[in-house]
Amino acid sequence: MTDQAKDTIALVVNGKDRRIARGATVRKLLDDLELLPGMVVVEHNREILPRERYDEVELEDGDRLELVHFVGGG
Amino acid sequence: MSTKTEPYVTQDTPLVIGDRTFRSRLMVGTGKYRDNASMVAAIRASGADMVTVAVRRVDLDRSKEQAILHHLDPEEFFLLANTAGCYTAEEAIRYARLARAAGFNEWIKLEVIGDEKTLLPDVQATLEAAHVLVDEGFKVMAYTNDDLIMALRLEDAGCVSVMPLASPIGSGLGLVNPFYIREIKDRLQVPVIVDAGVGTASDACATMEQGVDGVLMNTAIAAADDPVAMAEAMRLGVRAGRLAYLAGRMPRREIAVPSSPTRGMLD
Repeated sequence: MTDQAKDTIALVVNGKDRRIARGATVRKLLDDLELLPGMVVVEHNREILPRERYDEVELEDGDRLELVHFVGGG
Repeated sequence: MSTKTEPYVTQDTPLVIGDRTFRSRLMVGTGKYRDNASMVAAIRASGADMVTVAVRRVDLDRSKEQAILHHLDPEEFFLLANTAGCYTAEEAIRYARLARAAGFNEWIKLEVIGDEKTLLPDVQATLEAAHVLVDEGFKVMAYTNDDLIMALRLEDAGCVSVMPLASPIGSGLGLVNPFYIREIKDRLQVPVIVDAGVGTASDACATMEQGVDGVLMNTAIAAADDPVAMAEAMRLGVRAGRLAYLAGRMPRREIAVPSSPTRGMLD
């Protein structure tokens, strides 16, 4: 096992593979992506995650996340 | 003393949907604009206070310019999220829940598409999703076909508004079935907003002349050469059609009737 694999976990974020430090929270992921928590909605393993839990929920290996927001539409 | 009669001017009532009152009977979408500045200018010119938005994945490479909230102030406009692009009831319900979690309101423009070519609604799936969402406390505005029975079912399901199409989404074909639209308006208690198909201002006017409560459009404005001018035209078209409906049009006759007196002509 490489050092990177030991210290990080694998996520699927908006359909793309991504690694993040073990123990990182949802808030950490949003910070890494430079996303404002108030501007996105997070679906964590198909469950909508309330904003007040971004700081407490730790990501786990294999987690799937959808980060969505409002875009132009009719 | 001469008596002076005031001209009778019909007064309109405000548009009330669910528990909210809207200033404008024109609602507009925010998609397909060339740039964000023309979108905002066009929406302001339209006079609309309700605007629709879509729920999509954040593009993690270029999130800033995409997010509609960087350009539209949710204090200025009432945001109506849609479930556009959903082909099943489950998918539409998932998108509606995500939209509500954004924290603005519990309203949803429900659309479940049944066919890629025509984008006509899957009315069975729409009704199924409407039942679930109404139970979850959503204010559902349901996009549907110009079908009276389905419109009645959606009203029975608890939708705050039923939104039959004028013609297919993005087609610009205008109002293809005024008779069915009038029939739906006559029979429903909830506001009827015609959604999709309007191409130009005369379509908006003709649609409002049927007596419906409002019109929702996107492409007709966004895809015009000058979206801001078209938005203004649509505002006026909707207003003209509404006033003409309230004023009560003259009956149609298949023979001419002179407007000037037939008596008093010279020998």
